[in-house]
Amino acid sequence: MKLMYDFFTGQLGLGAAGANITVAAVMAVIMFTVMALCAIILTWMERKVAGFMQSRYGPMYTGRFHGWAQAVADMLKILGKEDIIPAEADKGLFKFAPILVLLGSLLAWAAIPWAPDFVAADFDLGLFYIFAVSSLVVIGILMAGWASNNKWSLYGAARGAAQMISYEIPLALAVVPVVMRAGSLNPQDIVIAQQGGIWHWNINPITNPFLFIAFFMYFIASIAETNRGPFDMPETESELVAGYHTEYTGMRFAFFFLAEYANLFLVSMIAALVFLGGWWAPFPGMGWIPPALNFIIKGVLLVFLNMWVRWTLPRVRVDQLMHLCWKVMIPVSLLCVVGAGVWMMAWGQLK
Amino acid sequence: MSMSQKLVDRLRGEFGDAILAATSYRGDETVTVSRDRLLDVLGHLRDIEGCEQLSDIVGVDYPKRGERFEVNYLLRSLSNNHRLRVKVDVAEDQPVPTASRLWRSADWHEREVYDLFGVPFAGHPDLRRILCHHEFEGHALRKDYPIEQGQECSRPEHLFADEDIVRAARRASVMAAGPDALHDEVHPSDLLTVNIGPSHPATHGALRAEILLDGETILEARTEIGYIHRCFEKEAEDHTWAQVMPYTDRLNYCSAMLNNSIYAAAVEKLLGVEVTPRCQGIRVIVSELARIIDHLVCVCANLVDIGALTNYWYLYNIRESIYESLEKLCGSRLTTNYARIGGLSHDLYPEFGAEIRIKLDELMAGHTDVMKLIARNRIFLDRTVGVGAISRADALSFGFTGPCLRATGLDYDLRKAAPYSGYEQYSFEIPTGTNGDTYDRIMVRMAEMVQSRSIVLQALDKLPAGPVNLDDRAITLPPKRNVYQSIEGVMNQFKLVYEGIQVPAGEAYGFGEGANGELGFFCVSDGSGHPYRLKVRPPCFPIFSAYTHLIEGAMIPDAIATLGSLNIIAGELDR
Repeated sequence: MKLMYDFFTGQLGLGAAGANITVAAVMAVIMFTVMALCAIILTWMERKVAGFMQSRYGPMYTGRFHGWAQAVADMLKILGKEDIIPAEADKGLFKFAPILVLLGSLLAWAAIPWAPDFVAADFDLGLFYIFAVSSLVVIGILMAGWASNNKWSLYGAARGAAQMISYEIPLALAVVPVVMRAGSLNPQDIVIAQQGGIWHWNINPITNPFLFIAFFMYFIASIAETNRGPFDMPETESELVAGYHTEYTGMRFAFFFLAEYANLFLVSMIAALVFLGGWWAPFPGMGWIPPALNFIIKGVLLVFLNMWVRWTLPRVRVDQLMHLCWKVMIPVSLLCVVGAGVWMMAWGQLK
Repeated sequence: MSMSQKLVDRLRGEFGDAILAATSYRGDETVTVSRDRLLDVLGHLRDIEGCEQLSDIVGVDYPKRGERFEVNYLLRSLSNNHRLRVKVDVAEDQPVPTASRLWRSADWHEREVYDLFGVPFAGHPDLRRILCHHEFEGHALRKDYPIEQGQECSRPEHLFADEDIVRAARRASVMAAGPDALHDEVHPSDLLTVNIGPSHPATHGALRAEILLDGETILEARTEIGYIHRCFEKEAEDHTWAQVMPYTDRLNYCSAMLNNSIYAAAVEKLLGVEVTPRCQGIRVIVSELARIIDHLVCVCANLVDIGALTNYWYLYNIRESIYESLEKLCGSRLTTNYARIGGLSHDLYPEFGAEIRIKLDELMAGHTDVMKLIARNRIFLDRTVGVGAISRADALSFGFTGPCLRATGLDYDLRKAAPYSGYEQYSFEIPTGTNGDTYDRIMVRMAEMVQSRSIVLQALDKLPAGPVNLDDRAITLPPKRNVYQSIEGVMNQFKLVYEGIQVPAGEAYGFGEGANGELGFFCVSDGSGHPYRLKVRPPCFPIFSAYTHLIEGAMIPDAIATLGSLNIIAGELDR
């Protein structure tokens, strides 16, 4: 970031404001590209992981090596699909919904620190900002369901809204103990506070067992937040046909698809930076690994865990999902906050 | 004197003149009763003689008679293990009193007879067409129906009228009232009707259920069937007995071998012949393989519907590999057309047994994997235990048979209760459930696969040598050597192919344990080479009639889980 800023001010002779704007624009382009690439790679990964779990191969032909080009080919195909808007749909909302869904996760990507000096938007309320903007996704889903004028879509949207709003609470509560420990909402500070190898990461149950529990609360809530199995209520292909995106085709559908995987990687990255030491290498002697690579590997491992859960468990029922959130996860998360605070006071870890 | 014959004697004593005739043919007992005493006789049979189930109602049309229609009530007692056919004659447009207050299964069976023959049932709560489209004119199974005439029926049927929704809202308001009420009144505008099907990912075939929803809760449900009705029974009347065989493949296309074997056995019963021991053994083997496949399909689809997708591959691979052997055996995977009246199309190929043994071991591996994934999985238990539960009494009244009945805890299996094809030689258990819910239905099917495997292995061990076809030139085709080398052989083949097997006039009901329950064929022959009337008793039909009863008050996801566990096969349901 600083390097880039210096380059624009020094080499190109831009003013401070001009350089800031240019840096922001460059970062926006980079982030969007990374996000799109990431979604494409993750769709391929999902197929391979699912295939691995289900004793089959998954894509094998497109692009020769393990069908690596399958996701690219799918994206190209989907670009060529007819864009259908139902006659009875609310056209404005119908068109805007996919953009809003994608926007929600894209905005959140801005505040992710990839490396010590690589974060698109480095500001003190970063973590708070991430949770705030990712709530936009709920509005997008509700819009899509309502605008489609399809009963199944409406059911999907209503389920989605209820589920995502509910699960945001344990999700946010689970990171509160970490914020208490780091004494900051800035993601970069939270990562820096975990310096010094795997035993200094927030997940270490010996330093603070409540943070260990909070990690699992966060992980479960994040599955629900990304609408993936076993909590894929808004889609539930066997019940609601395809849920809120039943009526969407072509590129608009691809936006939802892209947003799902962007979100999946987003929540995994947040988990990595909040609980798993962000871009720090697991052991002190491994400083030669580029920090961004550390971070991405952790993110991908969490994504794999997420996929593993998805392809193993049956889907919960919509009322059981709410029961789990309000009667189990929220109390436990609250307990984590209180417990972690008491623990930190007792051991003098509080900043 | 058999149990059923004693029963007929007791009936004569009880009802005297109301019993117009009693016949016994090929082991089936039939009594003809006068129409005005019909309900008394049926009620007596249900309450005193223990006929818990009305298995089917079959109409037969004899246009030349004064009272042209014959309505047959196929009754079955599980506790006393006997069967009886009650027959009543009616003229055109003459109403028959409804039996729907005695057995809930009578509701749909009577609608079917009304639909296909136009026999009205007095007092029936909802006498509408069931298999044919609501705009269809005429009655397809009447002998004088112009079979060449096409009809175009295109308008969809709305199953809920506005006043139904108002009524449901009022009822929901009453239910919601009380100290803990979340909302005090339900307005009709709060409710939503949604169609599950005919094209929906969970129906696995063309079925339709329209549900009236208050939020996620199903207040009321109505079903419509007949989307792939092709009047198999009318087709059969236009073919020789042997030509019907490939059509039976299309009934329950998941277990065509079972349909083939049971149809062949039904016609053999009417002929009064018994097939060779080797043929019986092979029929048992292929039937049990078909049962395994059918249960695999049902359990896999059910698990997919509740989101446990991965199990599908653990079990479906085995289905695929068994299909490979069946394909080697008879040339096709689903539409096997393997059995023949009086035998089989051909013998097993030599390495069949060895192949199947390996595949059954794979089955056990897959079975173990899936049981590990689901049997104690908390989410799975929450989704299935107590979901779509039916009491034993209701299950009997609705005419449930097979795994769905056994899930309620009743160990009734035709392979034990009325052994056929030499089932009495094999040792196996009848798995049962306790609550009759989705969990029990899945677990009963899972356990039955293990039993079927054991039967196949025993049958492979015991399989006797010898011919597979009867050496009766009136029934089975002559060996090709004779056809090519002698005029008698040519004529024999010619007669059998063109005129068909000459089944003596009479009627008989042949049945067996299909994968979903009792699969029966009611055959009526007039002595020509064609069936005069062939009625299938598909196990799905009565089971699906209970679907609305099972899902009312449940939620959408429960309705989906329940539908999967009932294993409704549209090909057999709609015929």
